[in-house]
Amino acid sequence: MSEDVRATIRDFITGNFPDLALKDDEDIFELGFVNSLFAMQLVMFIEKTFSLRVPNQELRLDSFRTIDSMAKLVERLSSDAQISTG
Amino acid sequence: MTVPATDPGRSRHAQYPGRKETAGLDKIRAFVDTEIAPFADAWDQAEQLPSELLTRIGELGLWAPFLPPDDGGSGMDWTGIGQVHEEIGRGCSSVRSFLTVHTMVTWTVQRWGSAEQQARWLPRLATGELIGAFCLTEPDSGSDAAAMGTVAQPADSGWILNGHKKWMTAGQVAGLLLVFARTEAGMSAFLVPADTPGVRISPLNAVMGTRASMLAEIVLREVHVGPDALIGPPGWAAGTVMTGALDLGRYSVACGCVGVVQACLDACVAYTSKRRVRDGRLSELQLIRRKISDMVVSSRAARLLCAEAGRLKDTDDPATIMATWVAKYHASTAATAAASDAVQIHGANGFVSDYPVARLYRDAKVAEIIEGSTELQQITIADEAYREVAR
Repeated sequence: MSEDVRATIRDFITGNFPDLALKDDEDIFELGFVNSLFAMQLVMFIEKTFSLRVPNQELRLDSFRTIDSMAKLVERLSSDAQISTG
Repeated sequence: MTVPATDPGRSRHAQYPGRKETAGLDKIRAFVDTEIAPFADAWDQAEQLPSELLTRIGELGLWAPFLPPDDGGSGMDWTGIGQVHEEIGRGCSSVRSFLTVHTMVTWTVQRWGSAEQQARWLPRLATGELIGAFCLTEPDSGSDAAAMGTVAQPADSGWILNGHKKWMTAGQVAGLLLVFARTEAGMSAFLVPADTPGVRISPLNAVMGTRASMLAEIVLREVHVGPDALIGPPGWAAGTVMTGALDLGRYSVACGCVGVVQACLDACVAYTSKRRVRDGRLSELQLIRRKISDMVVSSRAARLLCAEAGRLKDTDDPATIMATWVAKYHASTAATAAASDAVQIHGANGFVSDYPVARLYRDAKVAEIIEGSTELQQITIADEAYREVAR
């Protein structure tokens, strides 16, 4: 699942910033292309695409800093959802 | 040939394939026609809205109908909210401004608030018992929100806020302030009751447009709030609370501007149909008809752009952010153009308060400044265009 999640997130980011060659462990905030508008779009994208709600305690810059950290966030929240519904 | 009388209001939202009016909009339209539009110029001159009107808006459930019924709303979708704000904007932009900022604050509590914050604030925000004010702009920082000077420092139990906010719509009567401030972690957002010691609220009068929106300047001096005042992610309010709330504000303003264009159109059709010139009526002059047709086209185009932004919100699609920028840019510039033509059509009568177009002209201009100036929208939309081409 992890690679699929990574690829989906990577496609969304590079779809918005086509000139970007982004590695999975690169800090997107340090690269300087993320403004507040794109940050909100990123949160909305992850919530809609993976059918989850990012709770406040997970809404940290560190959770969205790299493709890897976002993929981990998705996996963590997805497994939480499965536990609470299972 | 006799052209049957029509009431375009009945079908404004239903005239496009696949679209329909939200339930109850006919009642809201009647409310605007009888309880808002006839008094808008008087409120504009008095520079305030009557408290009875604010109560009435609550009775009609219009403060926060997007909330689920359990929280005091009616679960209205954003497409429906847009239609409501268009109708209110057609009657009075100051009233629509109240709804705009109240929506931004209430949505913030619903979206980012803890269960305790929601239980504490939502019931009273839903009824309008408590009016919300969005406190981001400062005397020296507007579009550049990152330059804000208001700071929040951790205290023994909670936070101490110091700063100066300006241009707060509804600030004169607001009970709950959503205050943005710098913290060590970055920009954060706080819910501050307006009666907290250290909060000083002063009215701003003699403004050019939306004069009845009860603007205020708010100074925070050693304002102590508890830990439960912090809302949303600490240090990352810019990319979450602020952007999300401003997106809804932009949507509301855009829809309100559709109402302004419609009001200009309605006023001009009525005026030119009666006003005589030489052997005929103003409505028969081709140069007048060109202006009327421009208003028809721009109102329909803006309404469709708002509907698209609303549809994307209703499906939680991130594309709604850009769609809302586009809708607001088009609707606000269309409103200033229509209002300018409306004043021109009315001649000297357009320059006085006997007709609504002078107020519409002043109110429309504000919409090109708030929730993202026209120039910021042009930059943002063009950036998106270049990204689209590069894809």
